[in-house]
Amino acid sequence: MKVALMDFAYLAAAVLFITGLKWLSAPATARKGNFLSSFGMLLAILVTLFDKHILSYWGILAGVVVGGSLGAWAARTVKMTAMPQMVAILNGFGGLASLLVSAGEWHRLALSDFPFPTNVAISIYASSIIGAVTFSGSLVAAGKLQEIISGRPVLFKGQHILNAVLFLACLGLATYLTMHTANPYAFLALNILALVLGVLLVIPIGGADMPVVICLLNSYSGIAAATTGFIINNHGLIITGALVGASGIILTQIMCKAMNRSLANVLFGGFGAASTTGGPAGTAAKGTVRQINAEDAAASLAYAESVAFVPGYGLAVAQAQHVARELGELLEKRGVKVTYGIHPVAGRMPGHMNVLLAEANVPYDKLLDMEVINPHFERTDVVVVVGANDVVNPAARNDPSSPLYGMPILDVDKARQIIFMKRSLNPGFAGIDNELFYNEKTSMLFGDAAKMLAALVTEVKQV
Amino acid sequence: MSETLVTLIVIFVLAMIVGIEVIKKVPTLLHTPLMSGSNAISGITIIGAMIVLGWGKTTLAAILGFVAVAFAMFNVVGGYLVTDRMLQMFKKKEGGDAK
Repeated sequence: MKVALMDFAYLAAAVLFITGLKWLSAPATARKGNFLSSFGMLLAILVTLFDKHILSYWGILAGVVVGGSLGAWAARTVKMTAMPQMVAILNGFGGLASLLVSAGEWHRLALSDFPFPTNVAISIYASSIIGAVTFSGSLVAAGKLQEIISGRPVLFKGQHILNAVLFLACLGLATYLTMHTANPYAFLALNILALVLGVLLVIPIGGADMPVVICLLNSYSGIAAATTGFIINNHGLIITGALVGASGIILTQIMCKAMNRSLANVLFGGFGAASTTGGPAGTAAKGTVRQINAEDAAASLAYAESVAFVPGYGLAVAQAQHVARELGELLEKRGVKVTYGIHPVAGRMPGHMNVLLAEANVPYDKLLDMEVINPHFERTDVVVVVGANDVVNPAARNDPSSPLYGMPILDVDKARQIIFMKRSLNPGFAGIDNELFYNEKTSMLFGDAAKMLAALVTEVKQV
Repeated sequence: MSETLVTLIVIFVLAMIVGIEVIKKVPTLLHTPLMSGSNAISGITIIGAMIVLGWGKTTLAAILGFVAVAFAMFNVVGGYLVTDRMLQMFKKKEGGDAK
């Protein structure tokens, strides 16, 4: 096939990717968009088979079958709660593929007698460094999310200096290699240092900050793909990699904003470490806590006009999404208006809670974003908080001494009544007390989320 | 700097701007499928992997290419399928009644 024709085919693939992403902006067209995008990928792969550099097809076929079947198996069996790990692994594999392609190209060029063209050399080393950091960093992130590795930040003295030294060493080796081509030991050292750097960059970050990290690594995996495009001079690869890079950057920004943290603070902060200095959390006005039992709680829910559920990750941990949906449907049958208020960091990755509730058959038009639901809390009769804590803490609005201060929250304290489902009065993930517990409109319903929701279902049926 | 590199950088920057504009419009509701879907797209590295493997004149190149094709293909297939699996769960009220 003519080179120009192939380039047009890659361009068509890129257009299909962009259109696919555009259709992802509405749930009604999203599935079609994903299909369109996969068609673009098929086109790109088929066209590449006509590349004049390709001499043998058997290896490609074998790689496609092995990788494809393992990928299909993972996609079918992964639990929705484990989606952050899945995405972390996909990020890592993308990075690894870029690293291997750049190594392969380096090897091919090193065998020829010609010196590397400078721009190709720069691209190869950039792709190696970004690919390696993405790969090892993503594996650490996935390990932390899966709790194979402790979610606590691993901190030691001189960590930032060591990382800076490693990074400069990578740049130094890359510069050396660009000027004196084809020293295999220097190239190997560059890759190893970059892999170590990826591990060291992610271990100081706590489990609670992993959503930001996987967004950032998502962006890196895209940029790694784009640098691969620079190596083989392929426009389609560059455009596509840039799209993914942009997506990761936007999501990183959204997550940082939702947590009221700067990216630098997430990456270097070691937030939630065992040795954390901790804010003056004792300033919250302590008072009496009112308890409620399932029977009374069910009565308030059943006779309410509007009820909003505010789920946190605790709901998913208790596997209580299905009972929550059942309770919601039961209330709706009684004529209660039921909605769900979703904080951007309610799950373990952007949009995670929406997926978990959609899996439990909650219609997506009931899932309201923070900005959408906040003005409605004033007119909501009962809010049920399940497995969430920090994201509803009013200290974020009105206590400048709180570590949460400035974080956007769900204004559930504005509702007429709040039922707070919790195991005990223990503070949340960040170890911060919640003044909402002591609010006179709040009733605490102590117990396991799944059991308590089931009890509410039974009681509402009897009202 | 060579002219090719400049052209490639221009393409990269413009594509990034297009990406930002398009992706800004994706609602929070669909951010998880967006991430897995973009993972599938970044499996486009498979093109580079196929070229390395197809050239495969040495064993090392063949091994590097094979592993790269396999991992990139994992991303492509795993990414698209898991995205589809999630997207089909998002139903409106009427669809929610299908029990």
